[in-house]
Amino acid sequence: MKANRKVGIVGWGVYVPKWRVRSEELAREWGRDWNRYAAGIMVQEKSVPGIDEDAFTIAYESSINALKRAHIEASKLRAVYVGTESKPYAVKTTATMLIEALGAGGERRLTTGADYEFACKAGTEAIQAVIGLIGSNMIDYGLAVGADTAQGAPGDALEYTAAAGGSAYILGPAADSVAVIKASLSHVTDTPDFWRRQHEHYPAHTRAFTGGPAYFKHIMTAAKELMNFIGTKPEDYDYAVFHQPNGKYPLRVGTRLGFTPDKVKPGLITPYIGNTYSGSALVGLSAVLDQAKPGQRILVVSFGSGAGSDAFHIEVNDGIEEVQNLAPKTLNYVNRKEYVDYTTYARYRRMIRMLHDFSSY
Amino acid sequence: MVYIVGVGLTNVGNHWNKSLRHLAVEASLKALESCNKNIDYIVVANALSGVVNGQENLGSYVATHLGKIGLPAVKIEAAGASGGAAVLLASSLVSSKMADRVLVVGVEKVTDYTALEDSNSALSTSIDSEYEAFHGGTLDAMHALVMRAYMWKYNVSKEEFSYLPLLMHENAVDTPHAQLRFKLKPESYSSSPVIAEPLTMLDLAPLGDGAAAVVLSKDAEGSNGNAEIVSSGQATDSISLYRRRDLTEMPSIRTAFKRAMENTNFKPDFYIIHDYSSIMGYIAVEELGLAERGKASRLFSSGEANRDGPVPINPEGGLKARGNPVGATGVYQVAEAYLQVTGRADGWQVKGAMSGLTLGIGGIGSNSVVHLVRGV
Amino acid sequence: MWAYWQSVPAHWREIPARYRLEGGRCMDCGYIMLPKEDICPVCGSKNIETVILPRKGKVLNYTVVWNALRGYEYYTPYVLAIIELEDGSRIMAQLTDISPSEAKKGMEVEMVLRKTKVSGESGIIAYSYKFRPVIR
Repeated sequence: MKANRKVGIVGWGVYVPKWRVRSEELAREWGRDWNRYAAGIMVQEKSVPGIDEDAFTIAYESSINALKRAHIEASKLRAVYVGTESKPYAVKTTATMLIEALGAGGERRLTTGADYEFACKAGTEAIQAVIGLIGSNMIDYGLAVGADTAQGAPGDALEYTAAAGGSAYILGPAADSVAVIKASLSHVTDTPDFWRRQHEHYPAHTRAFTGGPAYFKHIMTAAKELMNFIGTKPEDYDYAVFHQPNGKYPLRVGTRLGFTPDKVKPGLITPYIGNTYSGSALVGLSAVLDQAKPGQRILVVSFGSGAGSDAFHIEVNDGIEEVQNLAPKTLNYVNRKEYVDYTTYARYRRMIRMLHDFSSY
Repeated sequence: MVYIVGVGLTNVGNHWNKSLRHLAVEASLKALESCNKNIDYIVVANALSGVVNGQENLGSYVATHLGKIGLPAVKIEAAGASGGAAVLLASSLVSSKMADRVLVVGVEKVTDYTALEDSNSALSTSIDSEYEAFHGGTLDAMHALVMRAYMWKYNVSKEEFSYLPLLMHENAVDTPHAQLRFKLKPESYSSSPVIAEPLTMLDLAPLGDGAAAVVLSKDAEGSNGNAEIVSSGQATDSISLYRRRDLTEMPSIRTAFKRAMENTNFKPDFYIIHDYSSIMGYIAVEELGLAERGKASRLFSSGEANRDGPVPINPEGGLKARGNPVGATGVYQVAEAYLQVTGRADGWQVKGAMSGLTLGIGGIGSNSVVHLVRGV
Repeated sequence: MWAYWQSVPAHWREIPARYRLEGGRCMDCGYIMLPKEDICPVCGSKNIETVILPRKGKVLNYTVVWNALRGYEYYTPYVLAIIELEDGSRIMAQLTDISPSEAKKGMEVEMVLRKTKVSGESGIIAYSYKFRPVIR
């Protein structure tokens, strides 16, 4: 897909909570030897949201960081979309709170706002929507965020990866941007590899089935179709960023598509903080933008269970280096950490309940 | 002229089998019996009945249960200063001839919810609810902030705050209506649990149920002794602690004191002050001019503040050991001053005392009331 | 009910202050306040303009709360601080992302938006400013 008016990234920002729990500690709690699982998961530790954090507070701080890099006031934002599968409210849009906190849409709050849900690709789906609004001249600037406090059931394999974090993107006319989104493409099928039913706390998944027919099939289709559409090959790209449910899949899908690991690794953040779900590929893209040079090309392909992928071809503009240091970088957040043990992790994730606990949710 | 002609007290403590009305009636009847007079106005002092007991309109409530339906009656609320404020306004009813004889009854029933979180929530209504309590601020946390500021400013150690609780407990042993009638060991203070750092449990007064009543009259007509309310003063400070420039001062105290002392050369023989916490007790004596700034602890460690010392402070045991029935506390203070100056503080008497000062404080020093009481 | 159940309108009307540090500045004496008042608490002027307060400041004083209010039990122990913002204004707020022992006088802090009061499983989530050590 190509927009009538060219659209680009005006500002980006990331946020990762400071708390970490080591995979080894999670395994220890369940009497397992982490060394026997490490190679299969390739996540050393994961971020844990603080007791007062949720997808909104994560979306807020990443958006504040995106605004620091953008040259526009929040009042200029005319679309605010939050992609998440851990909405603080089942019914009440996270975007309403984000719009209010940022002052988007000016004093009269003249902006569209909505939450997107598409498992781990809700954030990139929000980007597609904003591209459409800007590309069609309906608005000039919009904000798309992917943020999650992902749920992994106690003792489940997901417990090793389900993490918290997010990334926010302010999009605008390409002429104002630090990176142009030259083209995008989406691919969606009905593939139930992972889901969470209404009123359930934790998602269910299908283990190996989440790989072949889900993750690999959708990412590869979207990536190939996009490259086909614009006539590029893997060697034309300096970076490839894929959805990263663990540390292993992105490298494998990169190899299958013909990307060398050195192009995938700069945007591979999950091994250090876990899978931030709607934030996953977008946090990876932020890490790449934090270090990208003008003229470089980036391929981003997300994946959301259920299932689908969004692919983006991005070219970095002059001027990116001037904004890279205007907000904390992805690695600043990755390296800002304090470890908690399983008990504290369980308390922060509200797995432990108090008697008369009026503050729980 | 306004005279105290009779008083009545209940013990302070956990009155599991008594409700707000039982306590109010018990103290009121004792006061009325002690002077054997009729009244024509009721003023109720209370701070928390709305939030803790779900009962307001305490004027009608007390009049009803006291068998005085028809009398004019009203509740006065100023958090911990409610009692002092009620006495002040009741005395103005008498001096302005709006009433001849007023029953002031302070009552608080705080033990029906037994969790600390509940009493903290109730007490936090005395601070800024939207910009302090909303952020998790408790009244105790406000005292902790003040204590920290005082420790920093005057380089005072935590142990130096032990002298006030130690003396209060010692005094309360002799006070029949006191809540905590036992001595405290210095090592108990040191190992006391932290409530809000650096404030620990033994810095704080215990909450207790209780009621105190005084009968005010235009004449010294009491059959069991009379005392004159020589003068009174009241002042406020910002409800919000975070907006104050210097946390170690409580200007409402010195202003209330100054207002009470205008046009009188009153010299108190003892002081009954509002020691919600050890730090508040220290700041109170400094604001009253009894100690230099930052040096209040010496007053308590040197023996000067003892019941038989030159500046007796809280001879009954203060809030710390007599107990703190919040909105009733100020009425207890005035009743206790009356018992002292009429020579009837049996066992806890300040020898030869003829004049006393009471200081009630609401919130974190945001409302202060001073009364000067003299035996006649 | 009142103690732990956050009133919706009572939180809603404070959102400008709680989300964005929207306060007031007295145009006569210069006093900066949060929230914005109708009357300047310092000089009594009614001439108050709306200003957004700075997001950074330093800790003037703090306490660690172990015995909380209803509705704040799960967060204990938490740090409650008086903070002086860069424009000299003062506010009270929780410090977050720190262990109680890390709180220090003079610590440089910045505003974040966090869950402050959550009304059970079915009430609203009241978010507001908290402060954490500045990320460098």
